[in-house]
Amino acid sequence: MRVGLFITCLADALYPRVGQATVTLLERLGHEVVFPSDQTCCGQMHINTGYVRGARPLVRHHLEVFSASDVDAVVAPSGSCVGSVRHQHAAFFTGASAERAGELAARTYELSEFLVDVLGVTDVGAYYPHRVTYHPTCHSLRLLNVGDKPLRLLGAVRGLDLVELPGASECCGFGGTFAVKNAATSTAMLADKLRHVSETGATVVTAGDSSCLMHIGGGLSRMDGGARAVHLAEILASVEGRDG
Amino acid sequence: MVETFLGLPVVAPRGVGALHAASPFPVAAAKALTNDQLRRNLGHATSTIRAKRAAVVGELPDWESLRLAGEAIKASTMASLDSHLLLLEQRVTERGGVVHWARDAAEANQIVTELVAATGADEVVKVKSMATQEIGLNEALEEAGIQAWETDLAELIVQLGHDKPSHILVPAIHRNRTEIRDIFLGSMSGVSPDLTDEPRQLAMAAREYLRRKFLSARVAISGANFAVADTGTLVVLESEGNGRMCLTLPQTLITVMGIEKVVPTFADLEVFLQLLPRSSTGERMNPYTSMWTGVTPGDGPREFHLVLLDNGRTAVLADEVGRPALHCIRCSACLNVCPVYERTGGHAYGSVYPGPIGAILTPMLTGVSENPSLPYASTLCGACYEVCPVRIDIPSILVHLRSRAVAATPPAQSPEAAAMAAASYVMRSPRRFGFASRRYRLLRRLRRLPPPLSGWTRSRDLPVPPPETFRDWWQRTRGTR
Repeated sequence: MRVGLFITCLADALYPRVGQATVTLLERLGHEVVFPSDQTCCGQMHINTGYVRGARPLVRHHLEVFSASDVDAVVAPSGSCVGSVRHQHAAFFTGASAERAGELAARTYELSEFLVDVLGVTDVGAYYPHRVTYHPTCHSLRLLNVGDKPLRLLGAVRGLDLVELPGASECCGFGGTFAVKNAATSTAMLADKLRHVSETGATVVTAGDSSCLMHIGGGLSRMDGGARAVHLAEILASVEGRDG
Repeated sequence: MVETFLGLPVVAPRGVGALHAASPFPVAAAKALTNDQLRRNLGHATSTIRAKRAAVVGELPDWESLRLAGEAIKASTMASLDSHLLLLEQRVTERGGVVHWARDAAEANQIVTELVAATGADEVVKVKSMATQEIGLNEALEEAGIQAWETDLAELIVQLGHDKPSHILVPAIHRNRTEIRDIFLGSMSGVSPDLTDEPRQLAMAAREYLRRKFLSARVAISGANFAVADTGTLVVLESEGNGRMCLTLPQTLITVMGIEKVVPTFADLEVFLQLLPRSSTGERMNPYTSMWTGVTPGDGPREFHLVLLDNGRTAVLADEVGRPALHCIRCSACLNVCPVYERTGGHAYGSVYPGPIGAILTPMLTGVSENPSLPYASTLCGACYEVCPVRIDIPSILVHLRSRAVAATPPAQSPEAAAMAAASYVMRSPRRFGFASRRYRLLRRLRRLPPPLSGWTRSRDLPVPPPETFRDWWQRTRGTR
């Protein structure tokens, strides 16, 4: 399959390892990965903060770049950016463009959805000898309904000791600009999430969104001996002798 | 087709009632977060009720169909709200009731005050009611020399504590039993000084206190959970039976009801009487369901008045995206699952409607410019939408209201608008975006960012800058696409 990588602006600028891992993983599974290099940002931050005018050129640009690329599927290592493309972008268009946006949304997948639903694999041949706990991000859980797909993928990773996160489905408190606009409440939510993570004794907390992991990891890095935040793609890309 | 132009829908007026927040949500929330007792009480109460709800909802194999039915009934009712209300007025009148129309809180308060004054009573007993709190009825009555007694146990706790409700269903959720004992000892006349904080003792003390009120009151005031248009029947659901005392003992009954509470037929109740108790108290059925239709000679109140309240509801109805907020049946399931509400409590929202539903309903009732911070009081996690018994897509409406809040703020006065415009300019161009993202390491050197980004660095480190961006890595290792 020819897969277009929708890297997301955050992973492009701050977490290139997540993108590299996604490429490694998909290529290892025998697929061709292309990177439409004109892509920038899906506009989710602008949309969700109420800046429709600022979002419009970004949403249009995303549609132009990805509908022009000759790929079978578009895959992103992010539940919330895929959620935006799938549930918010259509409202920006009318007529033929709306149709194209609908088509693009239908072949845009979050990584775990793509692996399990489209490729039909749960064992991706990964090796990751660490105690790991998984935080289901809100948009992957409630907007995309990925369900237990990430857990099935993690469960098939050799060497990995998967421990359940207490209160897993509760939001970590990131919420995009919420983390800054309501910093105190965001921090209170994060404190509880970090407490749950440390209760598991895991050395790695993983999730399908770099944004939530930036928030959780930013809190963890203020704690001595806390767990590390690692994206699901990085774990799935790891193999014996080369684990992350 | 309406032949007369009735004017633009009015919003809830400022200065009356309990919809206008005194301070922005982030400020009030930060203050509430420092109250450890509050956070403990809330965490305990919301997790208990969440578990109860999940258990009883899980029992019903047709829960999703019930939700869809609830949503469909509400949507179709709102589409012809005017005709349902006119039919309700006709039926209530036929059965001996009197219907009054109140454009806003001030008008409703005036109508009720005059009705009570006409009976000569100087006190009233009250059934738990959101609508009367929304309009600030107790305060208005007090100004007219009429004392209103709350008879719902939790509302009584709030009233005696000179406090404000912090939850739709459990108004005293922020109080624990020790605090309640102290409030009773301090403010409840005739209470035994030996009162302990044992729940049964507290309930008995309240029962004795309230019994005297029920037996002496000549006027009762209630809200309504539903009103059936084709029969003219009013419906109140409650747990304690105190509501039924108010609805049956006094000579005069005055009901204040938001216009969105009407349902077309009696059969429609079948859906809501299943959805509401399971979603709100986590019970299969609520202990008391009272229904009355006009007046019945020799049985119950001799006079019945129904006050139909707008107070911004037609303005909500006029908002094509936001109008499902009117479908709310006030179950408060969204409050109990909201991670923001669980930590800040209800007072931070500054409105009688707190939590996720309050964050959409309040700014629409008052106009977004009156409560511009409320649509941002959410991480958009979607837990509220998942549990809403009438499937109100609260996250989408929050996003919609954020765009209205932005539109209501002059860009010249908003540094945020300038930053967002700049970000949009940078991000629409791959070249500019690539250039800007390579500059991130300069930002990272500042361990503490200036406001408003200091909100991030106060509790979280910034990500360590990568050696190169993804697009640079791709370009370096793969050349072209």
